Amino acid sequence: MAGLGPSFGRGVMTNHWVDLKNADYILIIGSNAAENHPASMTWIHEAQLKRGAKLIVVDPRFTRTATQADIFAQIRPGTDIAFFGGMIKYILDNELYHKDYVVHYTNASFLIHPDYKGPDELDGLFSGYDPEKRRYDRSTWTYQTDAEGKPLRDETLQHPQCVFQIMKRHYARYDLDTVSNVTGIPKDLLEKIYKTYAESGQPGKAGTILYAMGQTQHTVGSQNVRAMAIVQLLLGNIGIPGGGINALRGESNVQGSTDMGVLAHILPGYLPVPTEADVDLKTYIENKTKPGGPWSGGYWTNGPKFLVSLLKAWWGSHATAENDFAYQYLPKVDSPANYYWIALFEAMYAGKIKGLWIMGQNPAVCGPNARFEREALKRLEWMVVQEIFDTETTSFWRAPGEDPAKIQTEVFVLPAADAMEKAGSIVTSGRTIQWRPKVAEAPGEAKPDHQIINLIALKLKELYAADPGPFPDPILHLNWDYGQELDVEKVAREINGYAVEDVKDAQGNILAKAGTTLTTFAHLQADGSTACGAWIYTGYFSLQPDGFGNMVPAAKRRNSVYDPGGWGNYPYWGWAWPANRRIVYNRCSADPDGKPWSEDRKYIWWDEAQKKWVGYDVPDFPVTKAPTDPGGRDPFIMIPEGKGRLFAAMNEGPLPEHYEPVESPVKNLLSSQQINPVIKIWKTDEGKDIGDNYGSPDKFPIVATTYRVVEHWQAGGMSRWSDWLVEAQPETFVEMSQELAAEKGIKSGDKVKVKSARGEIEAIAIVTARIKPLKVNGKTLHVVGIPWHWGWKGLPYDVGVKDMVQGTANFLTPHVGDANTQMPEFKAFLVDVEKA
Amino acid sequence: MKVTRREFLKLTAAASGSLLIPASSAKAATEWPVFPLHKKVKEAATICPYCSCGCGLIIATGPDGHIINAEGDPDNPHNRGALDPKSISVRQLSQNPLRLKKPLYRAPGSDKFVEVEWDWAITEIAKRIKATRDATFERTVTVGDKTVTVNRTRAIAFLGGAANNSEECYLAVKLARALGLVYIEHQARI
Amino acid sequence: MARLAMLIDTSLCVACRGCQVACKQWNDRQGWLYSRTRNRGSYENPPDLSPQTWTRIRFIEHEGPDGFRWLFLKEGCMHCGNPACVAVCPTGALKQHPLGFVTFERELCNGCGYCTQFCPFHIPRLEILNPLTGAAKSSKCTFCQDRVTNGLLPACVKTCPAKALDFGNRDEMIAKGQARVEALKARGYTQANLYGVDQVGGLGRLYVLIAPPEAYGLPAKPQYPALASLWQKVVQPLGEAAFGATLLGLLGVFLFVRRKIRMEEVR
Repeated sequence: MAGLGPSFGRGVMTNHWVDLKNADYILIIGSNAAENHPASMTWIHEAQLKRGAKLIVVDPRFTRTATQADIFAQIRPGTDIAFFGGMIKYILDNELYHKDYVVHYTNASFLIHPDYKGPDELDGLFSGYDPEKRRYDRSTWTYQTDAEGKPLRDETLQHPQCVFQIMKRHYARYDLDTVSNVTGIPKDLLEKIYKTYAESGQPGKAGTILYAMGQTQHTVGSQNVRAMAIVQLLLGNIGIPGGGINALRGESNVQGSTDMGVLAHILPGYLPVPTEADVDLKTYIENKTKPGGPWSGGYWTNGPKFLVSLLKAWWGSHATAENDFAYQYLPKVDSPANYYWIALFEAMYAGKIKGLWIMGQNPAVCGPNARFEREALKRLEWMVVQEIFDTETTSFWRAPGEDPAKIQTEVFVLPAADAMEKAGSIVTSGRTIQWRPKVAEAPGEAKPDHQIINLIALKLKELYAADPGPFPDPILHLNWDYGQELDVEKVAREINGYAVEDVKDAQGNILAKAGTTLTTFAHLQADGSTACGAWIYTGYFSLQPDGFGNMVPAAKRRNSVYDPGGWGNYPYWGWAWPANRRIVYNRCSADPDGKPWSEDRKYIWWDEAQKKWVGYDVPDFPVTKAPTDPGGRDPFIMIPEGKGRLFAAMNEGPLPEHYEPVESPVKNLLSSQQINPVIKIWKTDEGKDIGDNYGSPDKFPIVATTYRVVEHWQAGGMSRWSDWLVEAQPETFVEMSQELAAEKGIKSGDKVKVKSARGEIEAIAIVTARIKPLKVNGKTLHVVGIPWHWGWKGLPYDVGVKDMVQGTANFLTPHVGDANTQMPEFKAFLVDVEKA
Repeated sequence: MKVTRREFLKLTAAASGSLLIPASSAKAATEWPVFPLHKKVKEAATICPYCSCGCGLIIATGPDGHIINAEGDPDNPHNRGALDPKSISVRQLSQNPLRLKKPLYRAPGSDKFVEVEWDWAITEIAKRIKATRDATFERTVTVGDKTVTVNRTRAIAFLGGAANNSEECYLAVKLARALGLVYIEHQARI
Repeated sequence: MARLAMLIDTSLCVACRGCQVACKQWNDRQGWLYSRTRNRGSYENPPDLSPQTWTRIRFIEHEGPDGFRWLFLKEGCMHCGNPACVAVCPTGALKQHPLGFVTFERELCNGCGYCTQFCPFHIPRLEILNPLTGAAKSSKCTFCQDRVTNGLLPACVKTCPAKALDFGNRDEMIAKGQARVEALKARGYTQANLYGVDQVGGLGRLYVLIAPPEAYGLPAKPQYPALASLWQKVVQPLGEAAFGATLLGLLGVFLFVRRKIRMEEVR
């Protein structure tokens, strides 16, 4: 996600599930879609069978997805930037990029600061590095601008400081030999993949890239995604049907939970959390809208309207112009990254966090360096968990080997209704919001999570009214009138947004009458006349036509018959954010003059007679802005300069550069910068049995990766209590090559020990031909893989069977993450294996 | 069990896209045995709680309101009636005797849970949230030579949940931010 | 009357086990609580068909002339065109439906186990209800006889996300299977073949395979057991005659021993 925002303006899957059928070329890398997103196979197969689409799968193992591939390559975990760097070089050298698209829709022609230097000159670093602070000063990464602040450009792409030429120099080092030596993929196979996939660069052809945690769970995860963004922009694959970057998100509503801001750095709708520099509302807005700021251009210039509407939704009549709309009620942070997951557990381990409130998560199994994180839980004074089963987290204090008498944490477990037993909406990875009604009864006294939160909120208001404590205003004044038995549709309406007073345009015409549910975020105001929980959702719960002649709350619509153009959009099925646009950045599907690039892939186009954009989707563009108007050729409306960014500043640089994983068996061949130069390396209790320990290849010579299987789900809190699923995949296993097994005297079915610098687990060995030893720079490397779903509790344990092999793979993984997101490096670390 | 003529349910989006039994056969006045459906197939349509494909399910429930049948919803465009093994097993979440049914409390140092009442649990939880927030609340901090209002507590963390619906996530964030929490995270981060 | 059949395209299968679990879901079968299975070094689980598992996926790693292939096979009752189990079933619990598949009526089953002994594919499994009395019932895939006779697809076919399963008029399934074999050959799967067209009266379960049947553990030339004809035409009527139980018992012992030998051959 984090690589997509800086590249395109939004960190989301650009296309959607059914759209996969429209692809001519499908690259699956860092995803095992057949196992983890099985419905995708319906559409991938349709693309293959009906269009003759070619499927390329690149993975450290030959997975169930790989069985469907036309081309498969086994890649060393943690080397995706090298792989993509080679592809970018191949595309540039052989001029396979979509030239007009690149010139007009990307920042390829933009000139960069004359003092900018890249890793090709600075041995793996970019200009502006501070080795002590492990941070970059980005001032040499900015555009050259004219007197009015507009970026300077060279549309011939020849200027040595234009992004295009900088990229050529940057990726010149990623030749086939080097890439093969780094990734372990043979040269001819690399070339075959590059050549095949680059065919999608022809106008009228579409290539899509599917990725998941295999790309993001690395210390260079954000840059992995940036590399894919660059490839797709060069090939003209963004904003067209069958193209896009399809970030396959995990859980059923991780898209929605992200949209709602259950993260330390954002408020609902991706509004930045206030920092200590944003001392008041005026300063917050200035800081966001100033040149270079996130709200400095494009549609985000409306940011103040979204924030004020949120404040109005939360604090209602107590949020007025006089008190900055209660802006000060929002907590401020020094730097959001200090509150991300790994930092959170480090603080908990240090005893700084006293209370933990969990809603439907199992950190004892899903957390990196899980022994460390379980230890952290013991240092809490109290813990509240809303759950459907008694898991490794709710019972962390009585895990095998623990002495409950030594653990003082009070634990409250609240029985929750499961997904079928309560109403609400969820969002697919493809941004489609679907309303999910209650269809079953919760067992016993279990309550929906929204009702549990409701009861706690009402009780807190009661307690604070009786005994104010420090600054009770945000709680006492919080708008919370959903009823004693929470009415979830009231919440939906608030998220959607409503008019507090009549909403008027500049001429005084009424756009929305007071009290009405808003239909578009274009009606949101910064003057307190609108309230809206999440601006990107405005419209999702408003009454909209369903294509059958009825008016229905948009997310509840069920029309899967109307499919304009046959692209699989189904605009009357549910509602997609933003504004029901099914493929985002779809202005790109037409050329600079507004005509489709090819009749075969007509999607939206400019209608000169009607003076508007028409076609098979809602335009992700001002509908009446002509191609010849200012900004008429700027499809990326959430980016200030309107162009897709090949060159995009992130914490470790503006262009992806290969660095090795923190635990790596080899030296970096691209430069002497071994690991990502800006990641935070935690060192708590280093050297102790439980602590932030890092292993070296002499003790841990085998490369390990973790992953998921179709039969189980994430930390197992649902699937490991299911009789049918436990039967299909009962125990933790480790997959290894026949060669490694022969070296270690291991047979399939043997119990083995896998250990890293952080811990050790037992697993059943699966010896397989689907993993081969890799040839990496002349060295033979072994790779093993372990699914991470298991923990000591579950159906077998709960019925008295305690000798199944249920090792938690996260005992092995490191407490270190990506430089931008801190997403842990679950996918590439070092282990050793031996028979148990 | 034998009938002379059958009217067949038209299959929407069946794998072969047509009536299961060719219409011409149906019209032939041939007797052949029909086995009655041994349980309800459909009552309501919903969405799967596992991955982010958003597949549709059709659910039937028994007299106690627990799921007795689950299969794919042919009308949902994401899956057109197909479901993977997790999705099709949602019934084993609904009917599972191991589901938590009552609030539980574990006292410091104790080796077991005890069942408690909702009212008690909610009150005790709210008391602890308040006590911890109040004891650790930071109204302001000094940044350089300036005093900045921060209105936060760094002693409480909130985690979860990517399987929760958006309205629940929104409520959690709204309440957590109103309390001044800054440690707010969930599955999306990892 | 059109004969129905299932087409299983193993080249599209990704072994997600949706079918394996959908069958249990529809037919109210148990999982781990019954089989108590462990991981034996493979994704394949449970390790065998059983009264609680009427279809399951076999996982086979195979090296062939086209290179490495990971083969998946959805096994279950083949619904033979010439079903031996129906021939030997003394109670009529197993019947060949006019639509071509082999139905099972559990109330009529006396647990004799003859079906388990004569099936060329070793499919039916005996569920022992009482170890002391030997009371038992047979069990096997019925092509979801209640769903199909009410115009619905079998649970497995409906659920497959890879669309590897189809169900309908047998001639159409054969034509579709043959077209898939040609398409696979054009894509480099030189050993693609369609299994089930003619064996044992033509199977109700047709497989598009990407390796020879033996690679999947399927018999290349499954035979209708000769003894089944004998059983049906000679022994059963004898059993009803005055000669009675003793002769039957002796014959039973004789056949029991032969069954053991046959089972080795079929495997």
